[in-house]
Amino acid sequence: MIELEGLTKRYGEKVAVDHLTFSVRPGIVTGFLGPNGAGKSTTMRMMLGLDRPTAGAVRIDGMRYDQLKDPLKYIGALLDAKAMHGGRSAYHHLLCLAQSNGIDRRRVHEVLDTVGLTSVAKKKAKGFSLGMGQRLGIAGALLGDPRILMFDEPVNGLDPEGIHWIRNLMKALAAEGRTVFVSSHLMSEMALTADHLVVIGQGRLLADTSMADFIARNSRSYVRIRTPQREQLLDALHGAGITVVEAGAEVLEVDGEKSEQIGELAARHQIVLHELSPQRASLEEAFMRLTAESVEYHAHDGRPLGGPEPRQAWGPDWRKA
Amino acid sequence: MSTPQPPLPQAAPRPPYPGYTSPIPVVRTHLLHAVASEWTKMRSVRSTMWTLGVFVLLVVGIGVLAGAVVGSTTADMSGSNPLELGFFGLLLGSMCLITLGVLTTASEYGTGMVRTTMTACPSRGRVLAAKAVVFFLVAFVVTLVSTTLTAVVQVALLEGSGAESPGGEDWLKATVGVSLYLALLGLASLAVGSIIRHSAGAITIMIGVLLAPLVIALFMFTDSLKDVQQALFEYSIPNQLSIFYANSLSDSGPSGWDPLWMVLVVTAVAFGLAYALLERRDV
Repeated sequence: MIELEGLTKRYGEKVAVDHLTFSVRPGIVTGFLGPNGAGKSTTMRMMLGLDRPTAGAVRIDGMRYDQLKDPLKYIGALLDAKAMHGGRSAYHHLLCLAQSNGIDRRRVHEVLDTVGLTSVAKKKAKGFSLGMGQRLGIAGALLGDPRILMFDEPVNGLDPEGIHWIRNLMKALAAEGRTVFVSSHLMSEMALTADHLVVIGQGRLLADTSMADFIARNSRSYVRIRTPQREQLLDALHGAGITVVEAGAEVLEVDGEKSEQIGELAARHQIVLHELSPQRASLEEAFMRLTAESVEYHAHDGRPLGGPEPRQAWGPDWRKA
Repeated sequence: MSTPQPPLPQAAPRPPYPGYTSPIPVVRTHLLHAVASEWTKMRSVRSTMWTLGVFVLLVVGIGVLAGAVVGSTTADMSGSNPLELGFFGLLLGSMCLITLGVLTTASEYGTGMVRTTMTACPSRGRVLAAKAVVFFLVAFVVTLVSTTLTAVVQVALLEGSGAESPGGEDWLKATVGVSLYLALLGLASLAVGSIIRHSAGAITIMIGVLLAPLVIALFMFTDSLKDVQQALFEYSIPNQLSIFYANSLSDSGPSGWDPLWMVLVVTAVAFGLAYALLERRDV
């Protein structure tokens, strides 16, 4: 369990992380999402006691990071694949970490085996590919068999097989009851792994919601219609009890997958249609729209505006999710 | 708008938080764990072997060579201390220890390893202390072995040249004394590496500290700067090092074991600063 309370980091005038309050629960994978520069890495560094918060606090199972006597057994972190000395072998890199926490060196061989680096254990880390570097970083995170795992952009630079491996690893770790916190700037990646989502933009919390809820809200399917006989169609749809939303000058939108029904309805009323297309808002799009608005959120004291477009899914009730 | 730090409730060692429980036993870590870790780090990179290898080569090589050259000529060494010949190699070798000292701390910032280190051991003071202990022991032992070996060979080579047989304190100063001095100088470099966080920058600064006073003093021709020039000569590191061999550039200024106390104070100050900055700065 990781709890953040009003966590703030300011570099001079620039606010990198702005009053973040959320908690990361055990047993599930929590995705930490935000565009590049949103403050994800800074937040993670503060969680690990590397950066000092300007205000606020982070608690790991109720304790501050520097109160942990054997931190690797509480929390294992993959910050970036380059956080190691290139001239040191994979084995020695893990050995010095194990020794600093009083972990038996047998465990070093175990984690090397887990990440599949046993055959290159004696090789220098600088000869490793990005993917191998990531695996070594993950081995370091797993070393203490910790209750909490944090991964900063773990799939960066991995090949499809490596991505698949990491996804399954994270899910398996969460299934064992561990807290898994993973950052990414790719919504599509998170959609496949995370059970819960924390979204930030410009250092501010934009959403703290379950993945299922996020999908339900955002992967809305609808039918897009263009017609020169707008009024007739509106009447016809109204008569059939179908709710319609005007999404632009000539464009109408109907929620759900009703294109056949609408097409037949239009034919029956002899209405010309220029377009009748089923649409699905992608999660990536939803995420981008959410974070793009973070500027607006910022300027308006954290309260989202009622979007000018009626089909916007983010009403003021968004944050309650 | 600065929000005051909310008070953190002091939790019990094993708080009732749900989740995974590891079968790995919990160990209360202490300084020795960090020392073991730093020892592994030091012996597992090639830069350690390079710097120490070159150091031994310079100290022993130049020392023995000087002894052999002086021993083979008919130079009259009467009244002089044969151990003095160890000075040149040691002066050059000191740059290797400076480099190793700086690399012990600064290279972690260059590679990013420091984030991993500090995550594994959140007590930053403990990390710095462990690095200092490991470096000091390694530097002291290697210097002691090299200087003792050199001294023994030199005395043997100069047996018949009329040189004085060095006394007990001469031996002590030329082996243990210089070894402590150089290990402390390296330790000061380690602290500077932690302050500067940049290997090349810190090494340059330390080599400047080593050589600049002497070089600057050489160019002070005017009479009005006579006193400054004298002080720069006397307190320059090469001259302090030569005091251990009782052949100081001047008769005034530091003598005996003075250089050791001075480097001790300088190193302590550097460490105080390094620790204060380490606690305050972000990693």
